Amino acid sequence: MNMMKKLLRALGLLALVVAFLVVWVMLPWQGALALAAALALWMALTRAGRQAASVTWVGVATLRQRLGASSVVVVGIAGVVGVLVALLAMAEGYRHTVNSAGREDVAIVLRGGSSAELMSVLSRDEILAIERAPEIARDAEGRPLASAELVVSANVPRRDGEDGSVTLRGVGEMAWAVRPEVRLVDGRRFETGRRELVVGRGAQRQFQGLEPGNEVQLGNERWTVVGVFESGDATESEMWADAEVVGATYRRGSSRASLYAKLTSAEAMNAFKATLAADPRLTVDADTTLGYFASQSRTLTTVLRVVGIVVGSIMAIGAVFGALNTMFATVASRAREIATLRAIGFSGLPVVVAVMLETMLLALLGGLAGGLIAWLLFNGYTASTLAGGVASLSFEFRVSPQLLWEGLKWALAIGFIGGLFPAVRAATLPVTDALRAM
Amino acid sequence: MKYFHLIWAALFRRKARTFLTLASIMAAFLLFGMLDGIRTTFAQIGQNADGAQRLQTTSRLSMVQMLPLALRSRIEQVDNIEAVTWANWFGGAYQDPRNQLFTIAVAPNYLDLYPEIVVDPAELEKWKATRNGMLVGEDMMARFNWEVGQTLPLQSTIFPNSDGSLNWQFQIVGVIRQREDSDNGFFGAMMLMHYDYFAESTPYVNDEVGWYISRVSDVNRSDAAAKAIDALTANSPHETRTMTEQAAMAAQIKQVADIGLIVGSIMGAVFFTLLLLTGNTMAQAVRERTSELAVLKTIGFASHSVLAMVLAESVLLVVLGGVLGLALAAVLGPVAGAVSRGAVNLPPIGPGSWALGLGLMVAIGLLVGALPAIRAMRLNIVDALAGR
Repeated sequence: MNMMKKLLRALGLLALVVAFLVVWVMLPWQGALALAAALALWMALTRAGRQAASVTWVGVATLRQRLGASSVVVVGIAGVVGVLVALLAMAEGYRHTVNSAGREDVAIVLRGGSSAELMSVLSRDEILAIERAPEIARDAEGRPLASAELVVSANVPRRDGEDGSVTLRGVGEMAWAVRPEVRLVDGRRFETGRRELVVGRGAQRQFQGLEPGNEVQLGNERWTVVGVFESGDATESEMWADAEVVGATYRRGSSRASLYAKLTSAEAMNAFKATLAADPRLTVDADTTLGYFASQSRTLTTVLRVVGIVVGSIMAIGAVFGALNTMFATVASRAREIATLRAIGFSGLPVVVAVMLETMLLALLGGLAGGLIAWLLFNGYTASTLAGGVASLSFEFRVSPQLLWEGLKWALAIGFIGGLFPAVRAATLPVTDALRAM
Repeated sequence: MKYFHLIWAALFRRKARTFLTLASIMAAFLLFGMLDGIRTTFAQIGQNADGAQRLQTTSRLSMVQMLPLALRSRIEQVDNIEAVTWANWFGGAYQDPRNQLFTIAVAPNYLDLYPEIVVDPAELEKWKATRNGMLVGEDMMARFNWEVGQTLPLQSTIFPNSDGSLNWQFQIVGVIRQREDSDNGFFGAMMLMHYDYFAESTPYVNDEVGWYISRVSDVNRSDAAAKAIDALTANSPHETRTMTEQAAMAAQIKQVADIGLIVGSIMGAVFFTLLLLTGNTMAQAVRERTSELAVLKTIGFASHSVLAMVLAESVLLVVLGGVLGLALAAVLGPVAGAVSRGAVNLPPIGPGSWALGLGLMVAIGLLVGALPAIRAMRLNIVDALAGR
């Protein structure tokens, strides 16, 4: 009978933990704040709540005696949250960099079936046909705001000495009007017909010698860097040059890879797609740049997030065991005190709440510390990867408030699980044995 | 060693505490096993005996630029080069543009330079005789349930066919398998078509190839051969860059991510928290047993014996948990692969990872046990027995 009761209780606790985790994962921060407020009200207004508050206060006040053990919980959870937030910040930074280049009212047109710009080929005739679509906005002189661009990669030495690939985009003069977020910050634009490059800030950071005035060896020809641009997104990792010269160097003639077009409005996208589909000469795919870049970044972002969550989970399991260890020891060291409380009339619930609050307070401290360390060390940290297997893309780690909240949630969840079982043990201690022992 | 029983008993005095600490150590070394397996896999890519003999020649301008086919005979004549083959990227998609395939158009002698790829000799002859024949890796055959002998329609995203469309028809004539002892996992997904069929059918490619692979006879002089190949095209419109296959792959990987740095940082954080956790456990354990240690010293154990016993206890704790964690990581890889039917591919834990892991376990055990052991060594017998 005793074994049955113990088994049932253990199963009950396990079910409670699972239920809590399910609810906790979906809870937004407003929900957690509401929970905290409800708890505070309970502790202020009800009798059991006030009992819980006083026991918690005693526990917290004597924390200094258990500094070593408590620091285990705090540091363990800080480690979990720090690593988790850092890895997720890498995924978030990459996603943000690629996606922020996208706009709802700018369309990108590629050859039908192409999975990326690099694989698409559009002929001059196709480009002329696309540019005649009425949904494309026109500038003051009536020219369509459409930029036909050629995308290739170039081998340039990186700052660490190895050779790397950088995206070289051949553009026409309309490119600057179609993409106003690209701002020249140093030097000047390239002149048509000359081997001149305007490099992005990200590319400049990654590769050697991309300062205005320097020469860069591409293949067996020398090109001159004449300017630097910034855009705050993935475009910064590229080098821009005159499309005709790039086409000649790479022997692509007059064909281009893609067409970027500024539409009359975001709602014109469907009409634009219909116009293109209706033209029998064209087999092209059109999408907003927002949608295109989002699909480009999806795979790597997912992989990075999965890696972060797997690593975080394993570390969290280790932290849970560490918290269990510490709190069991805490409860054992305070057994006589807790037994006295129960003997003088405190019911089980205040004791459970007090132990759990103490654990979750330590977990909260750990979560805040971990998040702070991750933010200090990693926010804005520049990294780079190979985008599309072909060219370098540099991005910054991004520790967003959303991520910090996610880290805090993990910390509190670890605190909950790590505190529940010791708390139940504390509340069910046989009073007479505990008073007699130690 | 004769005191092993004593150390073991001391360790498991407080079963709950020891088991929980062991669980934490297991989690830490499970993570270590998985991450180190990944790190060593990336570090070893391209480093096999077969690859050491191969040089990769690509355009110096860019990896998407093509080289003239005429270079072939000139590369063959370079000193130390005994065989040359060439290939071009094709890609292609099957049924859905999102099913991108790893298809390359290769010269007839391509497989001669890749002894780690195994094809049935009869199938190989059939492939050489069939203009639009395709050799498919066994993983691809399994993934799409293809059969040898069937026609395979593919859609290229880059190259139009001679009729202007993007549709290409192939005949699957054989299966590519990996040689037993080779551990490069990429060949199972590879598909080989004929370069001649590719070049004749697509209008924009005129006697141009994507890259050359050449085999050197003397591995120690491969650098000289690479430089000699590049010298052939210096100052021409098609300058080349030749590297050993291993160097080429390592450079690729390095651009993707600095795996070593990421893994090292994560494990640093993990081991730091582990040090604190285990240190706390050991400190508690020794603190509780001061009278026992005093008794040991009273009956004649020297101070340094007590030091050694506490250190041994802490090392044993960490090694026990660590070995269990690494073993779990070693088992988890194949299990995860089997359960996900090949989608999740965790690398195996090699002897290098085990050696590094054991070294770390001993180091952490010693570090963690140092302070408690010194305290135990310096125990004043009278004070300890009196409970002060």
